[in-house]
Amino acid sequence: MTMKRLLFALPLLLFAVLAGYFWLALESGRDPHELPSAMIDKPAPDFSLAGVDGTAGLDRKELGGGVTIVNFFASWCIPCRLEHPLLMDLGKRLGVPVYGIAWQDKAGDATQFLKQLGDPYRSVGLDESGRVGINFGVYGVPETYVVDKEGRIRLRHVGPLTAEDVAKELVPLVRELGQS
Amino acid sequence: MIVELGHFALVLAFVIQLAQASLPLWGASKRNLGMMEMGRGAAIASFLLVALAFAALVNAYVTSDFSVANVFQNSHTDKPLLYKITGVWGNHEGSMVLWVSILTLFGAAVAWFGGNLPPELRARVLAVQGMIGSGFLLFILFTSNPFLREIPVPANGQGLNPVLQDPGLAFHPPFLYLGYVGFSVSFSFAVAALIEGRVDAAWARWVRPWTLAAWCALTIGIAMGSWWAYYTLGWGGWWFWDPVENASLMPWLAGTALIHSAIVVEKRDTLKSWTVLLAIITFSLSLVGTFLVRSGVLTSVHAFAVDPLRGTFILLLLLVAVGGSLTLYAVRAPSLRGGGLFAPVSREGALVLNNLLLSCACATVFLGTLYPLFLDAVGGPKVSVGYPFFNRTFAPLMVPLLVAVACGPLLGWKRGDLLGAMQRLWVALAAAIAVVLVGLYVARGGPVLSVLGFGLAAWVACGALVEWAERTRLFRAGAGESLRRALRLPRSAYGMTLAHLGLAVTVAGFAGSAFEQERIQEMRPGDVVAMAGYDLQFRGVEEVQGANFSADEGNFVLSRGPRTIAVLHPERRFFPLQQQTTAKTAIHTNFLADYYLAIGDPDGKGGWAVRAYWKPLVPWIWIGAVIMAFGGVLSLSDRRWRVGAAEPARARPLAAPAE
Amino acid sequence: MTRILAAALVFLALAGVARAVEPDEMLANPALEARARAIGKELRCLVCQNESIDDSNATLAHDLRVILRERLVAGDTDQQAIQYIVDRYGQFVLLKPPVEPATYALWFGPACLLLLAGVGTVLYLRRHRPGPAEAPLPLDPGEARRVAELLGEGEG
Repeated sequence: MTMKRLLFALPLLLFAVLAGYFWLALESGRDPHELPSAMIDKPAPDFSLAGVDGTAGLDRKELGGGVTIVNFFASWCIPCRLEHPLLMDLGKRLGVPVYGIAWQDKAGDATQFLKQLGDPYRSVGLDESGRVGINFGVYGVPETYVVDKEGRIRLRHVGPLTAEDVAKELVPLVRELGQS
Repeated sequence: MIVELGHFALVLAFVIQLAQASLPLWGASKRNLGMMEMGRGAAIASFLLVALAFAALVNAYVTSDFSVANVFQNSHTDKPLLYKITGVWGNHEGSMVLWVSILTLFGAAVAWFGGNLPPELRARVLAVQGMIGSGFLLFILFTSNPFLREIPVPANGQGLNPVLQDPGLAFHPPFLYLGYVGFSVSFSFAVAALIEGRVDAAWARWVRPWTLAAWCALTIGIAMGSWWAYYTLGWGGWWFWDPVENASLMPWLAGTALIHSAIVVEKRDTLKSWTVLLAIITFSLSLVGTFLVRSGVLTSVHAFAVDPLRGTFILLLLLVAVGGSLTLYAVRAPSLRGGGLFAPVSREGALVLNNLLLSCACATVFLGTLYPLFLDAVGGPKVSVGYPFFNRTFAPLMVPLLVAVACGPLLGWKRGDLLGAMQRLWVALAAAIAVVLVGLYVARGGPVLSVLGFGLAAWVACGALVEWAERTRLFRAGAGESLRRALRLPRSAYGMTLAHLGLAVTVAGFAGSAFEQERIQEMRPGDVVAMAGYDLQFRGVEEVQGANFSADEGNFVLSRGPRTIAVLHPERRFFPLQQQTTAKTAIHTNFLADYYLAIGDPDGKGGWAVRAYWKPLVPWIWIGAVIMAFGGVLSLSDRRWRVGAAEPARARPLAAPAE
Repeated sequence: MTRILAAALVFLALAGVARAVEPDEMLANPALEARARAIGKELRCLVCQNESIDDSNATLAHDLRVILRERLVAGDTDQQAIQYIVDRYGQFVLLKPPVEPATYALWFGPACLLLLAGVGTVLYLRRHRPGPAEAPLPLDPGEARRVAELLGEGEG
């Protein structure tokens, strides 16, 4: 194989590499809209939110001391309705408290939402301005966070939870965090 | 019934394309004229069938036949007729039918107008077209069938994204596809030439008109897309280095290199293997673009609804088409014997430089667009590559290219006199320096670097005019002599001059956009805002009803001193079905600058958010593109390509590939 | 499939609610506002995914613009304000990819390509230039035979 021949084969070789990358990208099934969280392993941000229904609200102090789940939702969010049934017994399934934060929502609307679909949360905080969400790195709803005993964020799930997500992602992680 | 007919037509077209892909190829190798000629019949027949299928789909949209799933998903009875029709290609399945329609259109055009081609070449070209067509028709039939039914039949459709209901956007895909898909002919010519083992001046002359036609269409398509974004999005941005935009820019860059490279093959019988490679790469980039947009591997505001199965299928098509042609290239290209030698400083040398810079620019855009994907695939961090990267890497490549655009045409073939050329260009240099000096004065404290853009634009424009003056011996011979020469110049010469002038105009537009001024504020009825010598008075807002939207329409008066220039009505439209709000901007243009107005949300206290911009020279971006395309069309109409006869005796057959 | 549809719905829900830079967001201090605009142009709107927060209509973009201005008013430098947002959203929020080992290929790639291609071109041009004495191309055997024949006939 002369140098000349190799040179002519170069475009083909480069294309083969490119096709390989495309294949990897397709196979990974990764949704390019999904962004990894920048808050992983960082402590959950400080916050103190009022409740939606005259209830107590949610404070950062309630996270930590044990593994917790924080679910960001909103009454205007359609995919949130998709995952809501799953949330209803998520706490029982995982054996950990599930907290909710109504993101960029109004108290009345959030209350309506929970009345309609059920309230799976131990307590709910109202983040009307969305600022707490921003501190978590939220860029849309629904998003679900797993917070460990020390109050550090260990997982972010973007989009509505499916049974598969719960089984594959949440259950193992919560079990692992609970044991350590 | 019509829908079933359309569906059947697609299936039949697929079968015929399969025949077109195989029989003429076999016929060419066996020198069987009958077999070869079947390619022509097949090409025309498959085009008619696909056109029929397309018509059937359009009919389904126009009659709002919601039993067709595609119509249900993308249309609505309330949509105006124009947008019902253009909605046909506003979705994945419909746009694929448009894609294949244009592919078979080009195939039929080669069959119909390619009478001057030698039969073997024509047969092989049509065969390759047939291969591509078969692949894509199979793709449509298996993964993207627009004729699937929706049972039970819904009462009404899910409408179309209101953002897409716009004349500019509605017509931009057909032009884009004419471009992207048009380059398939250059690709087919290249592959046919590799199969045959011969690339010569005659080949270059035959391939040129098809490449030019595709290039013109793509230039218009990209310009339309950019212009649409400009007047729709509400702040006057016109290029975002979005992956899909880049997917159209890359074939354009490669296609421009191809047009110029083919000239060298035609005139000097050299640069053959490189030109063939460019032809393959240009269409391959179109295919890669198709993959990126429809597979979901990249994020983009434009991406169609994604489906991994489709992505896999297109990747397979890519592997066969691009992998196959590049393999053929690796095997056959080494034996393409080059002809003319030339000095580095010569017209050929300048065109080689042109190719070098355009190819590097194309590769840069490619790198920037796909880097996030590459990094992600190997498990690296997730990065985003936006305009800062492209501005820093793409723009510097264009500067030497623009300098060369003026010099190149003045150099002679084989051996050029650079000093002589530079001397003749003194006018252009003087003009450029003058423009830069004026610009620096005007821009003091502002975007100084953009002044360089103005200088380059002046350089290119004057350079094009100097070249024309050389050819017509302007100021050298008498006026009569010059006029005579001017009238006798071939159209392709004017095409080149116009295209380069258009480029200068566009570059000036780019540079001008850096000087824009803006006024963003709350305005109450009666308020006046001053900017760039204009006064804008806000009169008020009234509610209007459109076909499928309600809008707040602003009433503004634009004046200059005491004179009223225009009354502007920007709107804020609300589409109840989609629950979406879009802006309709009001633009007043005097072709030298745009006064751009958009209205935002009310503040609840009687005031409205108003965004006003004064954008100098920005219309030139698109005017320049139109001039460039017109130059291309002018070149196309040059009678020489039509007369380009096949002279088999002259074309020397290649020695058999060594080793 | 549902995931994708759902994600699309989320983004659809967010689009078109606010506008690109609104008058009521703008700071009174023109110097600070200019900084905010400049930084805003460098930050990606994560929801639209190819617009800057300065340009985007999305609610998230609006929120980030407001936060950016708050940080600037609070006295952050440009770098600190940007870091505040990067801490929460990651490097992806930067439109200009950072220059770090993972992106060296990206940033230095074009220059390297140009260099390589340039060298290749120079070599090609060297090989294809006409010789100094402009010696004619050598004939291949068939042609040489023909010339001999012609010359032979001429003499005969």
